[in-house]
Amino acid sequence: MEVLIMLLTIFVLAILVGFEVITKVPPTLHTPLMSGSNAISGIAIVGALLAAGTIGPAYPTAAKVLGTIALVFATVNVVGGFLVTDRMLRMFRKR
Amino acid sequence: MDAQHLVNLAYLVAAVLFIFDLKWMAHPRTAVRGNRAGALGMLIAVIATLCSPAFQEYSTAGIGWTYILIGLGVGAAIGAFAALRIKMTSMPELVGLFNGFGGAASILVAAAAIMAAVSSDYFTLRQGPLAADDEARILQMQIATVVTALIGSVTLFGSFVAFGKLAEFLAVKWKLHTWQKLVKYGFMAAVIGGGVAYVATFGFGLYTAVVLVSAVLMCVVLNAKSDSFPGLKALKMVSLLGSLLLCVIVVLHADMREDVLVTIGKPPLIQDFSAFWALVAVAGLLGVCLTFSIGGADMPVVIALLNSYSGLAAAATGFVINNNVLIISGALVGASGIILTNIMCKAMNRSLANVMFAKLGPTSDTPDAEEVYKNVKVTSADEIAMMLETCERVVIVPGYGMAVAQAQHAVRDFASLIHEKYGCEVEYSVHPVAGRMPGHMNVLLAEANVPYEQLKEMDETNGTIEQADMVLVVGANDVVNPVARTDPTSAIAGMPIIDVDRARTVVVIKRSLSPGFAGIPNPLFAMDNALMFFNDGKDAFVQIIEAIKES
Repeated sequence: MEVLIMLLTIFVLAILVGFEVITKVPPTLHTPLMSGSNAISGIAIVGALLAAGTIGPAYPTAAKVLGTIALVFATVNVVGGFLVTDRMLRMFRKR
Repeated sequence: MDAQHLVNLAYLVAAVLFIFDLKWMAHPRTAVRGNRAGALGMLIAVIATLCSPAFQEYSTAGIGWTYILIGLGVGAAIGAFAALRIKMTSMPELVGLFNGFGGAASILVAAAAIMAAVSSDYFTLRQGPLAADDEARILQMQIATVVTALIGSVTLFGSFVAFGKLAEFLAVKWKLHTWQKLVKYGFMAAVIGGGVAYVATFGFGLYTAVVLVSAVLMCVVLNAKSDSFPGLKALKMVSLLGSLLLCVIVVLHADMREDVLVTIGKPPLIQDFSAFWALVAVAGLLGVCLTFSIGGADMPVVIALLNSYSGLAAAATGFVINNNVLIISGALVGASGIILTNIMCKAMNRSLANVMFAKLGPTSDTPDAEEVYKNVKVTSADEIAMMLETCERVVIVPGYGMAVAQAQHAVRDFASLIHEKYGCEVEYSVHPVAGRMPGHMNVLLAEANVPYEQLKEMDETNGTIEQADMVLVVGANDVVNPVARTDPTSAIAGMPIIDVDRARTVVVIKRSLSPGFAGIPNPLFAMDNALMFFNDGKDAFVQIIEAIKES
């Protein structure tokens, strides 16, 4: 129970920090904000790595396969998201 | 301090970098740095994970690099290819698609985690009865898995529909009514079916009977007409939450029966994941239904909402695998999406429920288009060029039509030409919901090298628009429709608009007099100070540029 409550605390506080930080982003940058935050939501890559990379006879193959597919999706999200955001933001910066 | 502590500290660093990423997004000067900080955070999180002792939980042999390298390699190749090749006009599709991938990754990670946790050998490895802590942990994991499946699947399937609509290969227009019915009855069937399945699995007893009866009751309530008696709406909300809870119970117990939890070492009855996948399917259907009837100008709301869901799904996955960095990052993205959704809804003066479920269209007393457009005046490139000679201040209002016509470069060339030749001050007034996603127009104009300072928000330009000598509206319609201000019965009543009708001259560049997404005529086109230039957005500016050069 303690763990759950601690995690919930972190969750709620992070949402509040998010509200605070993101309200300051001007509408002009909303598209890069979305693609950038999308890249951040690719953090599921952490879980995917663990699921895909764990080995041992006791570890179910199905979990490994699902983990690998998850890893592909999450990596697309992370790599694609950060790259495309960078591409967009550099257009805003020049001149 | 052991290795896991170090890994967790690295996760903390990553989370802090993500927060700075979003903080630095507040200004174009710092935004590039912000995005790179986020990427660095992600790199740190990945490296830390690869050093994590969690890999050793099942075997001390180390890490199975094969799958990891395959996953990372394939993903990185697809991601990089998509990111570098995509056209700026197609950005909404890409973001929509990526939202879906986030949802998919979350579901699969949660599924893999719960599979690993309930695999029989895992329990036999730990002899003896479970401690209370472990039970709480398992319960948390199960609830989080169900939540992940729900949100993640809505995100995944909703995003693919949204992607299909944006990429225009899903142009089917079902009547909204059909979908609502389908959702309603499908949902009912799922709830009752779940209840029956539950009873079938665990036998008829007091507890299971209560579950079944409440399932049926909730369906009846959900199906009742909303105005039957006061308070029914609240009751419906309760029922909806209740049925979600019910599906949690059903799915949980199908996965893991209590007697399995306490009698460790026995062959478990918990290898059955059909309930989990059924839940994913039902939630996916819900996602499809939610997005299917939404189109056109409402798309920004959907994209923002799905963005939020993809974050929340990641956060829920964090609860499944007990991981702080997932929870923090997911919460940040969730918050960001909620804020954007809210901004989009406000910019249309509609509630989220109205955008998702109501049909926007002409009301019975919407004036007839022919009547409204009786006095429309048509202009030409030469005439516009002539008028521009005396203009000091020009405002350009872009809409989705500019993206369709790929006119942003021509617009930009036009703006620099009149600035050089006539000394016009040019600025761009961008409505928050112009385009198919939040900030869509700004990205296109930035691609065409329009300086950031010239990109103004609606409120900024509305204050000074009366001093504008000429406003050029390119590919926008509803967001400049003065009916929003004047007619309280109109479909777009109260929606904040760019008050272009208050400028000295308005030139509307549009291919025809066809209505915008709201389906209502725009009296602006027939106003005394308005001129129509019927043309494709790009050709129009090319012609005007030529006319100016010749004069």
